[in-house]
Amino acid sequence: MATVDVLTVSPPAASRRRAPRWWRAARAIRHSTTASIGVAIVLVWVALALLAPLLAPYAPNSPDLLALAHTTPSRAHWLGTDHLGRDLVSRILWGARPVLIIAPLAVLGATILGSLLGLAAGYKRGWIDLIVTRACDIVLSFPVIILYMIILAHFGSSAWNIIAVLTLTKAPIIARIVRGLTLQLREREYVAAAKMRGESSLYIMLVEILPNARGPLIVDMCLRTGYNIIIIGVLGFLGIGLPPPDPDWGGMVKDTYGMMMVWPHMALFPCAAISSLVVGFNLLAVGLRELGWRD
Amino acid sequence: MTDALLELQDLSVAYGGRRGETRVVRGVSFALRAGEAMGIVGESGCGKSTVALTIVRYLGRGGRIAGGRILFEGRDLATLDAAALRDLRGRRVAMVYQDPMASLNPVMTVGRQLIEVPMIHDGAGRRAARARALAMLEEVKLADPEAVMERYPHQLSGGQQQRIVIAMALIAEPALLIMDEPTTGLDVTVEAAVLELVRDLRRRHHSAILFISHNLGTVAGVCDRIGVMYRGELVEDGPVRRIFADPRHPYTRGLLDCLPTVGRDKRQAPLVPIAGQLEPPWQRAPGCGFAARCPHVEAGRCTTAPIPLAPFASEHRVACVRAGELPAYARRRADGAAVTAVRVATPVVATEHLGKVYVPRRRRLGRRRWPVRALNDVEVSAARRQTLAIVGESGCGKSTLAKVLAGIETATEGRVALDGVEVGRLGIDRRGRQLKRKLQMVFQNPESTLNPSHTVGYAIGRALKRLRGGATRDIDAAVARLLETVKLAPDMAARVPRQLSGGEKQRVAIARALASDPDVVVADEPVSALDVSVQAAIINLLTELQASHGTTLVFISHDLSVVRYLADHVAVMYLGSVLEHGPVERVFTPPYHPYTEALLAAVPVPDPERAGPRVVLEGTIPRAREVPRGCPFATRCPRKVGAICDDTPPPVQRLEGEHRIACHIPAPELAALQPGLVEPSRHGP
Repeated sequence: MATVDVLTVSPPAASRRRAPRWWRAARAIRHSTTASIGVAIVLVWVALALLAPLLAPYAPNSPDLLALAHTTPSRAHWLGTDHLGRDLVSRILWGARPVLIIAPLAVLGATILGSLLGLAAGYKRGWIDLIVTRACDIVLSFPVIILYMIILAHFGSSAWNIIAVLTLTKAPIIARIVRGLTLQLREREYVAAAKMRGESSLYIMLVEILPNARGPLIVDMCLRTGYNIIIIGVLGFLGIGLPPPDPDWGGMVKDTYGMMMVWPHMALFPCAAISSLVVGFNLLAVGLRELGWRD
Repeated sequence: MTDALLELQDLSVAYGGRRGETRVVRGVSFALRAGEAMGIVGESGCGKSTVALTIVRYLGRGGRIAGGRILFEGRDLATLDAAALRDLRGRRVAMVYQDPMASLNPVMTVGRQLIEVPMIHDGAGRRAARARALAMLEEVKLADPEAVMERYPHQLSGGQQQRIVIAMALIAEPALLIMDEPTTGLDVTVEAAVLELVRDLRRRHHSAILFISHNLGTVAGVCDRIGVMYRGELVEDGPVRRIFADPRHPYTRGLLDCLPTVGRDKRQAPLVPIAGQLEPPWQRAPGCGFAARCPHVEAGRCTTAPIPLAPFASEHRVACVRAGELPAYARRRADGAAVTAVRVATPVVATEHLGKVYVPRRRRLGRRRWPVRALNDVEVSAARRQTLAIVGESGCGKSTLAKVLAGIETATEGRVALDGVEVGRLGIDRRGRQLKRKLQMVFQNPESTLNPSHTVGYAIGRALKRLRGGATRDIDAAVARLLETVKLAPDMAARVPRQLSGGEKQRVAIARALASDPDVVVADEPVSALDVSVQAAIINLLTELQASHGTTLVFISHDLSVVRYLADHVAVMYLGSVLEHGPVERVFTPPYHPYTEALLAAVPVPDPERAGPRVVLEGTIPRAREVPRGCPFATRCPRKVGAICDDTPPPVQRLEGEHRIACHIPAPELAALQPGLVEPSRHGP
């Protein structure tokens, strides 16, 4: 075997030029069928979103009044049009863009904020721990949809506000995970060794502890991205998502679900887009867990 | 052999993995007669546990029998179906594993678990089964069997749990009992008691025993025959006395040479580690598996064709083409020049009336929690350039002492002087850089001592940068030098811990500790997680570094053999108190403290001639918050003189040569009572 599996087996003693660590880790994904399928789905959507200007047969917001007579899928409109005669293929392709930007950015924000809180709580213990865990409990016990409605109604609905809201509501979950890991990792002997050479707490948290929590964190980030995509859909459906007329999968469902009995394709295709992307991220997370990334 | 109870014929086991199938057991053949005890020894990864698991067909996922037969009472277990196997396991073949807690169901009382066995296997009624269970508990020497039956596993000590597991295995009167490292992980006194029990049970039951162990000492005392395994092959087997007196395979000799025993010390009989390291099973050259590490290897003969296990003498088989040519075995010795008397030396680290009390935080709900006294009036001192060993069973406070010395914990009473500076109350963050440089630590667990996310070079370089300062450019060179000091190749710097073996990780940890060029290195059980051959190399490394760097070593250990070998001074601890302290020769000869005596008697001796019945310590260590008022050892002491032991703390008797014993019995009287347990002359020059 020419390549070396980085997760479980140590390579032979002979030194040789090795690819960077992240690349080897990424290549390890092919050992899990589940993760590979997940990556494939996600990458297909990323490619479609990137190439939307080239691939989309129509402008996403321009109505084709002629098509209104036959909104169902046809040769001209592969997935049909919506109630305003806008091409669904184009709208779904363009709609992938905001989702694929907002969901990962929100996860990144939540991970950074949550990791810092979790590290501080788990490593410092004491009153910091008390405040952080209680604050997390409060946020987590609040009915999130109502929270979203209040915040977005107050500050207005924009991509940045959605990212901020998702960051705030997801950070407590990450904080809990990181705190739990930190509680274990702080007892490791390498942490004691770091103290023996007089490292600062910040160094120990960020350099000694955090890198060893990355496995479970990456798995969780994948899961969390999927959940965020659902929430973005929900926000769109509730009418507090991205403002119209730009295509937004949740908003597309909202606009057309009343016509479900007559033209089910108008709502079903955006729904299918949401679920396929969520399934992709979930498969990736499950696959990574199979590969042993949880520890 | 026709009278064999169990006969393995050319058994091979393979595990499938991403790199294809790997043979982990290769053509193992041996026979075990009814009632016979055979020990299988070898280092981790040699396939000994796989053999045991294969016999009862408990191979893990991906494992399969790749060839050969397992004949048990005339049937081939390798081809038996699941129903027949289920009937066999527990009734005819029973197994005792290393971790008793993992064999017992935590939500059932041990009584119910014991009673189940006869009910399921022999169809016994509940009452009859209960009677048998009680009788069995009596036999494994558990006090108050009725009460024990009602307990849950977590309410019993490790030794008691292992006795229950043994009782469970023997209650069905199996023809074959497989014990897989049954005493590993138990304290030395508990281990001695369990081994004594196994010896005793052998006399009364007629089960054959297959005893898997990495410790030649435990095997020597229990078994009739020994098989030595290396890289999945049986390389030598024969009667236990013969193997110890005249081992014919170079690997067996290597194992014996690298084994510290209570009769050896660094001046008389240095350990000889086995060269090189175990290669992974998928890298295998043709010929003898040991050839790469063998001092007697001969090109051509050893490295071309597989070496069969051939009869050497009656009952003695060796897998070595040169078995007949090797000289008679004599344990390797030093050239004789013994290091002279203890120099008068100034103490670098000394403690006075050191105490550490953990006061648990009060909880709003629940019962009040009692403070735990982990260290009590500890007085030890380590002289410059010498080794102070701190020895005792788990829970005796030796690791707490190490942590207080290192500043990871702070003392609550008394003083710790490091080179004349008081550091007892100085946590590590309050020690200045100079103090930090003076004292560094080597930790116990090779798996957690290095950060898996950092390279070896980073780990050592960071320590250099923090404690010595200096330009980044020089650090790479300094890292390489340190790696050479611990006998690792400089290109190791680019590796991450996952790519290192346990011994290599511990070497890196030593290099990291040496980065600051410390005066004192506190080593907390640095070798207890390593295989014997690796352990020998690390111990030798520590001795050499001490000589070349002039480091003072505070060596925490539970292993008296290692302590005897390495130490200049010894402190024996029990329940947070130092019971005996002094130069190693004096601590290991009478008069001893009765606890030292019990510890020494409990050490398994790798010598079948001397493995008779020994002093066995009764009872268990009291919990730390129930320390007796008088002598801490009073509850278990076999030489207890009376109420005075329970009520009055024992006086510290200062004998000649800085030897201190805390005991009510006057030292001359102790000396008269105690036989010499250690015979250094056996291996001495």
